[in-house]
Amino acid sequence: MSQPNEKPDFRQSNVYVVMYSVILTVVCGVLLAIAALGLKSAQDANIEMEKKQNILSAAGIKTKTREEAAKLYGEKVVVYAVDFNGNKIEKVDVANLDIAVEWKKKPTERKLPIYEISNKKGEKADFFVVPVYGFGLWNDIWGYVALKGDLTTINGVKFDHKGETPGLGARIATDEIQQRYVGKKIFKDSKLTPIYMEKGEQGGGQRSIDTFKSQDDKVDGMSGATITGVGVSAMLDDYLKCYEKFFKSKLGNDKVALN
Amino acid sequence: MAEVAEKQVAEPIFSKKNRKLLTDPLDGNNPITVQVLGICSALAVTVQVAPAIVMSVGLMLVTAFSSLFISMLRNTIPSRIRIIVQLAVVSVFVILVDQILKAYLYDVSKQLSVFVGLIITNCIVMGRLEAYAMANKPWPSFLDGIGNGLGYGLILVTIAVFRELFGSGSLFGFKVFDAMGITYTGNGLLMLPAGACIMVGIYIWIQRSINGYREEN
Repeated sequence: MSQPNEKPDFRQSNVYVVMYSVILTVVCGVLLAIAALGLKSAQDANIEMEKKQNILSAAGIKTKTREEAAKLYGEKVVVYAVDFNGNKIEKVDVANLDIAVEWKKKPTERKLPIYEISNKKGEKADFFVVPVYGFGLWNDIWGYVALKGDLTTINGVKFDHKGETPGLGARIATDEIQQRYVGKKIFKDSKLTPIYMEKGEQGGGQRSIDTFKSQDDKVDGMSGATITGVGVSAMLDDYLKCYEKFFKSKLGNDKVALN
Repeated sequence: MAEVAEKQVAEPIFSKKNRKLLTDPLDGNNPITVQVLGICSALAVTVQVAPAIVMSVGLMLVTAFSSLFISMLRNTIPSRIRIIVQLAVVSVFVILVDQILKAYLYDVSKQLSVFVGLIITNCIVMGRLEAYAMANKPWPSFLDGIGNGLGYGLILVTIAVFRELFGSGSLFGFKVFDAMGITYTGNGLLMLPAGACIMVGIYIWIQRSINGYREEN
């Protein structure tokens, strides 16, 4: 930096102001770039482990720490990808498949990961977890749907979002809302009927679950977050349809009757 | 605001004046309850104690280091763009804090979400830079930043302790009332920002009655 005290007006000159801003910007930019690069691997590891934790959590396997989840995931989960017609796709790096990117493609062209969770790798799968991705009110929403071995009953869901309104649409990330999907059925008379989130709310908590207990394809809505609810329903509809052929072929092979 | 005169040459690191910089913001010149700055984050992140502590530490580091750097640069900063320069320095530190949280305290960073980023707009940081760091030497400015961060943290943690204890019956996630064998139904109001606002009000009330504050006519 220059010595400003020699000339009293030097610091007020335009050249000085411009030079000062340029240097400041460059220094700040370099600092931030170094920090972002240096911390990226640790941040990515967190995101990866959280993903594993979410997949397990959708299947009802609760873990306290992300490390524990990553370990269990290694023991229990087999992952592969299928295409729209339900055929396995070889030569695809499923672990690094970006759902956000796949979502932007046409449904028929998407690569669709399946996470099979069994008691131990290689045994018959207890749960099939599929990712879902869509758009809420403000921004992207996504999640995982865990189906029981019958590929019909929802064992649990896990939703997350980028920017839904806190206290309204952001509630999709809470247990309260996700509990409403437990036990719902995605097949009705061998036809795929994705779960629809109703408008309005019947009191919240257990009351919301009880009200829709007899309806296998409807869950209670979120008061004040109708559009997010519509987004969630559309997301489930869109993504489960992609998996429909896979589910059916799987069920056909295993000779399990559809209800 | 220029409490420390520039003339003094060899001042001990923790002279009386410098100690005052640390302790004043805790009570008599508290940024939240007396200067009424940084209220919004005080309402938003005090539902639980743990995020409140992390937020306080984050704010303290940002305030202290931006004060330090702004004070070091204070004679070179063109006055026409001084606010922009301050903002740039503050932003760098805030982004650093945010990135470090994401890498090493991922859960807390998810809980704090946007509020870490919003430290940039926290009036305490800019307020201290304008009122103190622009006119004082680096070391006292650094202490002033730490002191105000502590003052902010004191309120945050106090409010958070009450809100978490009586709002959800726990402390640091540990169910206190259940452990004592008492069935406690959480007070829903305390979980809302409105409850926090009332808590801050009560805090100011108690503090003023102890310090004998009088509104001037």
